[in-house]
Amino acid sequence: MDHTENIEIEPKPVDKEKIKKLWRIAAILGVVTAIEFFLAFTMPRGILLYSVFVGLTLVKAFYIVSEFMHLKYEVKSLIWSIMIPVILVIWLIVALLAEGGSVYNINF
Amino acid sequence: MAVSTTLSEQTKKNIWDGGVSPLKASYGKLMMWFFLLSDAFTFSGLLITYGFLRYSFPAYEGSLSAFKPSQEYWPIPEKIFDAVPFLHGVHLPLLFVGIMTFILILSSVTMVLAVEAGHRMDKKDVTKWMLWTIIGGLTFLGCQAWEWNHFIHGTEQGLTLTNGIIFHGANLQMNEYGPSLFASLFFFITGFHGTHVFSGVLLNSVIFYNTVVGTYEKRGHYEMVEKVGLYWHFVDLVWVFVFTFFYLI
Repeated sequence: MDHTENIEIEPKPVDKEKIKKLWRIAAILGVVTAIEFFLAFTMPRGILLYSVFVGLTLVKAFYIVSEFMHLKYEVKSLIWSIMIPVILVIWLIVALLAEGGSVYNINF
Repeated sequence: MAVSTTLSEQTKKNIWDGGVSPLKASYGKLMMWFFLLSDAFTFSGLLITYGFLRYSFPAYEGSLSAFKPSQEYWPIPEKIFDAVPFLHGVHLPLLFVGIMTFILILSSVTMVLAVEAGHRMDKKDVTKWMLWTIIGGLTFLGCQAWEWNHFIHGTEQGLTLTNGIIFHGANLQMNEYGPSLFASLFFFITGFHGTHVFSGVLLNSVIFYNTVVGTYEKRGHYEMVEKVGLYWHFVDLVWVFVFTFFYLI
């Protein structure tokens, strides 16, 4: 195999800005989790607290998918190919939570 | 003018005719994205089932401090998951799952740093960050093993049944925390996620090995690191949702 010469590949220099940005996003994820944790013991349980939890979870999901999974930087058609099917999940949530309420009314 | 119009029309017609990548992503990455989409549906199904069953059981009414587990109503998770290893008998609600969440977020960061090092063709850095990611994954799995062990064996006080027998822990038929389905959902949801973490660790180990022996350096790119990276971040993403819907709410 004469064509597989062992050439030492010189790694490109580190882009400090990029690394800093990644750690900043990690810090955001950590802080949001800490806020959720804090609210769980300071706010009364109820629909308001649950809405805040769902909101903060979506914030975390946005950062993970857009930055860590790099989806924000893909072409538009790829972003939509992934995001549009997710709408089906919203329908399933609405349908099954309503169904759960009906089952409760029948049983109790 | 005329020339440029024909050109743009031609590109428009040809973009899905082959020879170009309309989504500007390789086949492997694209398929990983669509696999993850289908996996997202599976996890949505499991978590929404949790919501459905929780809605079909009575909620606990009364003050939080007076909460006692019973099979009559759905438990409040922060009252159930309050144990931390080596701190036996101390009431530390949700602290351990909080730590597990941080571990998984950190391993997601080390993964993204491995991907970044791959773009720079820096074999040493890819090796280092892949190793940290594997360690993070194994730590998470260890934590989950402890969590399962504690959940299955239960607390000292257990649950006193109507016939006077005290039941400890949980199995698929009954548990001391609440309705039977509560434990089943715990096993299904965290178990299915744990299986994903486990296969993620296996995949990461294969990629780590290939990096060390120089497969990707010879290939000229580290795209495989990106592909397992997508999978690994997805596992983290799912945990974010499990943390909220199973433990917080």
